[in-house]
Amino acid sequence: MSFDLVANVVIAGVLTGLVYGLMALGLSVIFGVVRVVNFAHGEMMTIAMYATTVLFAALKLDPFLSILPVAAAFFAFGYAMQAGFINPFITRPEHSQFMLLVAVAIVMVNALLLIFGPAARNVQVDYQLESFEIGRILIDKARLYSAGAAVVAALGLFAFFRYSLTGKAIRACADNYMGARVVGLNVKKLYALTFGLGSICVAVAGCAMVLLVDVTPPLGPYYTLLAFVIVIVGGLGSMGGALLGGVLIGVSEALAGLFIAPSAKSMFSFGLLILVLLFRPQGLLGRKP
Amino acid sequence: MLLPWFAGSYALSVATLILYFAYTGQAWNVMMGFAGQLSLGHALYVGVGGYAAGALFYHYGIGPWAGLWLAILLCVALGLAIGFLAFRFGISGVYFALLTIAFAEFTRIGFDHLDWLGGPGGMFLKVAQRDSIDLLNFRGPPAMYYYSMLFLTVIAFVLCALLLRSRAGYYWQAIRENEEAAQALGINTFRWKMLAVAISSAMTAVSGVFFAFYYNNLFPEQIFHISRSIEIILGPIIGGIGTLFGPILGAVVLTLLSDGITEGLAAMGWEIPGIKQVFYGLVLLAVIMFLPNGIWPPLARRLGFHK
Repeated sequence: MSFDLVANVVIAGVLTGLVYGLMALGLSVIFGVVRVVNFAHGEMMTIAMYATTVLFAALKLDPFLSILPVAAAFFAFGYAMQAGFINPFITRPEHSQFMLLVAVAIVMVNALLLIFGPAARNVQVDYQLESFEIGRILIDKARLYSAGAAVVAALGLFAFFRYSLTGKAIRACADNYMGARVVGLNVKKLYALTFGLGSICVAVAGCAMVLLVDVTPPLGPYYTLLAFVIVIVGGLGSMGGALLGGVLIGVSEALAGLFIAPSAKSMFSFGLLILVLLFRPQGLLGRKP
Repeated sequence: MLLPWFAGSYALSVATLILYFAYTGQAWNVMMGFAGQLSLGHALYVGVGGYAAGALFYHYGIGPWAGLWLAILLCVALGLAIGFLAFRFGISGVYFALLTIAFAEFTRIGFDHLDWLGGPGGMFLKVAQRDSIDLLNFRGPPAMYYYSMLFLTVIAFVLCALLLRSRAGYYWQAIRENEEAAQALGINTFRWKMLAVAISSAMTAVSGVFFAFYYNNLFPEQIFHISRSIEIILGPIIGGIGTLFGPILGAVVLTLLSDGITEGLAAMGWEIPGIKQVFYGLVLLAVIMFLPNGIWPPLARRLGFHK
């Protein structure tokens, strides 16, 4: 096992992990503000991936250009979903919210199966086969661009929450629901906005991910679990934690695939999750609840 | 009770499935409905229970009656270990639910790599005969499985009814409604939550043993998968969480619904993969939106039962 091989695998893991991190960031933002765990998160991710393959097949649209229409559609979809379905559930018990989103997930994953069938879909662009060479290290172009898109989207979201007035208002809702209502914020509308923003994260991550893996309907539940693992490891509700968690899981998956067996890779993610839950339940970068 | 005399083999298998979900849902309900601890990984206990009894039979020819005790022992130990870790470290709510998923998924992938238990290719139990009843090895005609499941469901119902009116039941409900207040009243919430986990996992272990000897094949991908855990908990949630009739009613409604959709679609000639689950999901969505407490509580009020 040469050093070069390990280094290549680690770099690929970090880059894929950043895309994972953006997906998980969406989950984390939604949970941090709305306090609802989106059990249909991975299913939404696969919908974005399918949308990208459709745009590519029909219009020869590059996945990175698809980000704009897909993200816009996902924002509207997420906004509508929160306003129509989830807002009435925010005061209901957790198991009720869970059931709602599980039902949504069941419909989504099977609607995809119904429309696209069980066969894997992908996009083929010329830069998927090219790579940058730095010394003896090879970096896939597609993977680097995907990670770049994820980082740009994540930075945009950070900036939005930090500097924009709406972003500050959303943070106020997350910190103190009652207080936010007292000062006259329209909390339900801000919740819907938050779900829309979380959906944008998923959309961008989906467009980027489709360059790296083939998409099938069962990928949805897998990504949902993966997103949970990442946000718990990083800290549910912590934005930096989601990206850190994504990178950690990306690298651990890549190394487990290299040293043990590709099929065992998620066992390490779940093992890491169990350890984090037991010894640092608030996650690596999370605040104590 | 008399169903096997006039029902065909298909109806009998559906009835057995209903009872299986009613029983397992009742087991899950002890933990969530009574004590308020949301487990999304109950497939773990079904799987470990099934594999424990199955492996004894497969490798050593030891019958399910001995295997049952091993299954219960292992599942209770596992449940207590998870409960101990979670409750000691103050993990609750969503975090507890995700921890149970993590343990179930971890075990699923682990079993995929355990060649002694068949790995991903599955473990197949020998089907010796289907004609005469061999209770010792739990082998026999479908009616035998139906009656054993009926028996289990009745036992579980009585047990839960007794539990709900016992000291433990009242403590659990206090913990479910407000854990801090329960603690302030001097209830050792840790101990009573552990008891709920132990009873629930022991009951679910029995489901696992039944599963192993009814279907005679075990695949990690199938038995431990999170969709199995969801299947188990849909019944009690749809039926009415924390009630005694909820898990039974939910199992009946969901199984018949799922079957009805299959037949309805077949009658219309729409047999495309996925379409059945889309309808199923839409109905679930409607029930959860319009009957937030499940079907049983409003039905009971309509029928004039108290609560």
